[in-house]
Amino acid sequence: MRERTIEEINEKIKKGTVVVLTAEEVIEMAKEEGYAKAAEKVDVVTTGTFGPMCSSGIIINFGHPVPRIKKSRVWLNDVPAYGGLAAVDLYLGATAIPENDPANTNYPGEFKYGGGHVIEDLVSGKDILLYAEGYGTDCYPRKELETYININTINEVILFNPRNCYQNYNVAVNLSNRTIYTYMGVLKPNLGNANYCSAGQLSPLLKDPLYETIGVGTRIFLGGGIGYVAWWGTQHSPAVPRNELGIPKVPAGTLALIGDLKQMSPKWLRGASIRGYGVSLAVGVGIPIPILNEEIFRRASASDEEITAPVVDYSDAYPNRKSEILAEVTYAQLKSGEIEVLGKKVPTASLSSYYKAKEIATILKNWIKEGKFLLTKPVEPLPGPESGMKTKPCEIRKPYTEEL
Amino acid sequence: MKARLVLRFPPLLVDQPVVYKLIKDYNLVFNILRADITPDSEGLMVLEIEGDENDFKQGLEYLEKRGVKVQPLSQDVVMIEELCTHCGACVVHCPTGALYYDEERRVLFASEKCVACEICVEICPYRAMEVRLE
Repeated sequence: MRERTIEEINEKIKKGTVVVLTAEEVIEMAKEEGYAKAAEKVDVVTTGTFGPMCSSGIIINFGHPVPRIKKSRVWLNDVPAYGGLAAVDLYLGATAIPENDPANTNYPGEFKYGGGHVIEDLVSGKDILLYAEGYGTDCYPRKELETYININTINEVILFNPRNCYQNYNVAVNLSNRTIYTYMGVLKPNLGNANYCSAGQLSPLLKDPLYETIGVGTRIFLGGGIGYVAWWGTQHSPAVPRNELGIPKVPAGTLALIGDLKQMSPKWLRGASIRGYGVSLAVGVGIPIPILNEEIFRRASASDEEITAPVVDYSDAYPNRKSEILAEVTYAQLKSGEIEVLGKKVPTASLSSYYKAKEIATILKNWIKEGKFLLTKPVEPLPGPESGMKTKPCEIRKPYTEEL
Repeated sequence: MKARLVLRFPPLLVDQPVVYKLIKDYNLVFNILRADITPDSEGLMVLEIEGDENDFKQGLEYLEKRGVKVQPLSQDVVMIEELCTHCGACVVHCPTGALYYDEERRVLFASEKCVACEICVEICPYRAMEVRLE
């Protein structure tokens, strides 16, 4: 096929002649027409994902009261936020929980309310109780502040998620003889169930596995509004084993995402209470893949049969950072409801919502077709497999020597 | 007639074939929805019982005479649809298949299959499953 440019695709979007398919629809089309023929026709493929993404949070500037305060400690609905940023800026993380939450002292903890829920309440327009303490200075004399805030009273609220959209993820199982409560959900003993967390064939980075189109500055669907790829995400680890299409076989790339929370909707940002683990935030993300050439199209039309995930034991291998993989399974097998691990048939469940992922890919497709969303060329590419970049472990170094 | 009942057995009755009598002497058909029976402690059973009205009445009288406390199943688990994200974390834990995926991978709840074990209520990250008292 003749190669396309982003500019050409944007012209088509403006004229209303662009051809957009979701990452699911394109699989069917490629099967029927063949990759070469289908690639000629399709300009954009839209992806989507919706699931708990723990490394998420918001930056708020709540405005200056009279007299002013330079807060050093701050809470939103009793959930502690980080106050070490200027006078009235703060960062609230999705997994923060109130200091008086029983957590796992009442095992398995319920984790009824935390950072993820504050974010959901804020985006829903609810009043949030802000409590702040400062030590008092000549320019910021106030030492205590208690007030309600909401999304309309504050200056900025920026969703800034340091790590979202994991490119592939573990399938979690439990080899021990007791039920365990993990961020991958409740895992029954002796391989009672297998939980996975990826939209598979709809997931953004699985459809652009070599980061050929998604990069720093890419405009995306984030939480129901428009956001951007800010950087590669924390733990971005592109130099991992990949299949012949370049799709990683284990968790690999990640994205740091940013966007204006005021544009977003509670439909796509949901606080999650994960039993025995804690609080998180389910985030809806959709990323368009411009079909610049046939190779990009081929990868964007990879199906669940072509994408594999590693099965990992969360009773021992995961917590103790052992790299043992029990099996490799496809997303098609995972979605069939049953996989085989160590000779045993194990029922599967998903923590990521495929139904919502599809809805996001469809919304983004409509935005593009209606001319409301133009594609962007990355300002910088993300480090790819050739960078050799890999997640480093934390090797513990004692802050003293034994001789002392 | 047909009803879903909660039966509580005193510890003394736990090792006796009480429920068996419902079939043999009272012609009742039952389906055990849930059972929690351990020696030397109170036993609990949730049954769906079906039969002729007269048999039904006499069967219940028999149970009560033997010291079994009988109550209608008054707890119902409901799905609050607007809170469900259709992830399916509950599907694999539901013992009766009351929670399941449809072809679109939407999670649906067939309340008639629910035995009110409440596992879904405990594990749903979005609190979309709730116990309601009738």
